[in-house]
Amino acid sequence: MSGPWWATLRRELTLIWRSPADMVQPLFFFMVVVSLFPLGLSPKPELLALVAPGVVWVAALLAVMLSLDGLFRRDQESGALDQMLTAPVVSVLPVSAKLLAHWLLTGLPLALMAPLLGYMMQLPVPALATLTYSVLLGTPTLTVIGAIGAALTVGLNRGGILLALLILPLYVPVLVFGAGVVRAAVDGSPTQGLLAVLGALLALALSLGPLAVAMGLRISAGD
Amino acid sequence: MWNTLKRWYHQLGSPRYFYRFADAVLPWLWPLALIILAIGLVWGLAYAPVERYQGDSYRIIYLHVPASSGALMGYIAMGVAGLVCLVWRMKMAEVMLKALAPFGAVLAAVSLISGAIWGKPTWGTYWQWDARLTSMLILLFMYLGVMVLQSAIRDPRQAARAASLLALVGVINVVIVKYSVEWLNTLHQGATLNLFSESSINPAMKYPLLISMLGMWLLYAANVLMRARAEVLSRERRSGWVRKLVEGH
Repeated sequence: MSGPWWATLRRELTLIWRSPADMVQPLFFFMVVVSLFPLGLSPKPELLALVAPGVVWVAALLAVMLSLDGLFRRDQESGALDQMLTAPVVSVLPVSAKLLAHWLLTGLPLALMAPLLGYMMQLPVPALATLTYSVLLGTPTLTVIGAIGAALTVGLNRGGILLALLILPLYVPVLVFGAGVVRAAVDGSPTQGLLAVLGALLALALSLGPLAVAMGLRISAGD
Repeated sequence: MWNTLKRWYHQLGSPRYFYRFADAVLPWLWPLALIILAIGLVWGLAYAPVERYQGDSYRIIYLHVPASSGALMGYIAMGVAGLVCLVWRMKMAEVMLKALAPFGAVLAAVSLISGAIWGKPTWGTYWQWDARLTSMLILLFMYLGVMVLQSAIRDPRQAARAASLLALVGVINVVIVKYSVEWLNTLHQGATLNLFSESSINPAMKYPLLISMLGMWLLYAANVLMRARAEVLSRERRSGWVRKLVEGH
């Protein structure tokens, strides 16, 4: 277990682990946003169950996006990013390790939290498993796509809202299929096909995404 | 023939040559585009036959389809320019990428607005979350994203390269968005024009449509050339030929 990939992964996990606030914030955000909806719409169970797939998914998507804003910023400020890009390894290696670490400590907890919030939003219990699978399959795609935006905006000191403008349109397919598969589960229709589509999007994001992220970082570093 | 094309392509890659080319082409490209567009629109709006089911309201197709196709092709062209820009680092591709975005965004907006106006008499509502409408809305957002990113980065070359990557990712996204929202919901009528099989449109309605599409594309081309010419001047402002050009006047 050595080499640049493992070393980066271990470094990233340690860094995130040592500042638990970064890990807890997206989760907390996810919970707060979802619990605003029953207060704003109406606490009627049948209405909540109708909007629950979309609400939980949109909240998860925003949580991932907000967590990505700082993904490369601290490394850029400390100069670690330049070291990473000039190191004598293909820059896709450290980038993919970084993305994996980020997903493990933000996307994965979101997926584990999703059934609880789904239950609070009155989703029928059999649909909760599908909700978990869909968030599990969807969040890595969101992380990778969002990282492209984070890489392109890393040098700009007004990242937040710009990042949202760049990547939210790119999140549309994941949202459509992610919320769609949960709705299908609520209706009792088959869900494997739609989960497979989410998996296909993930495969596409994993194969091309890290390359695009590495390229984006190099562009931001001014080549 | 191939060699001529290749030489022409390489020559246009030089900002100075491009400036001369745009300068020579623009004075007649503008009027040509406007005249062709006017012929198509007047023919379609006033002389083409009335449609059996939609009556006169279908005539907005002569604005709607040219705008939609222009917006779509413009984004694909941006993707191609982005690829050229990232792979070969060609300066003119960066200029083109920047020049393509604003008018493309305008066309996407025109397509959405004309579609909404058309939707009211035919579907009974201005807005529906229909597959094609939604894709066009996302396309508009992506045009705006490229423009916003480009304006946020100060160095023009870096801005163009960042926008290139975004445009390339965006092209993949447009395709996926189209299929995903089609699965979600569709209300839009099927394609009217078909390149490879018989179109479902009467020839008397088709020719004005084709003419107004051609006119809209030429108008887009003229706008892009004009923007690119201004961008070339601003980028090359320190070079000798621009100085000579400015002092000469």
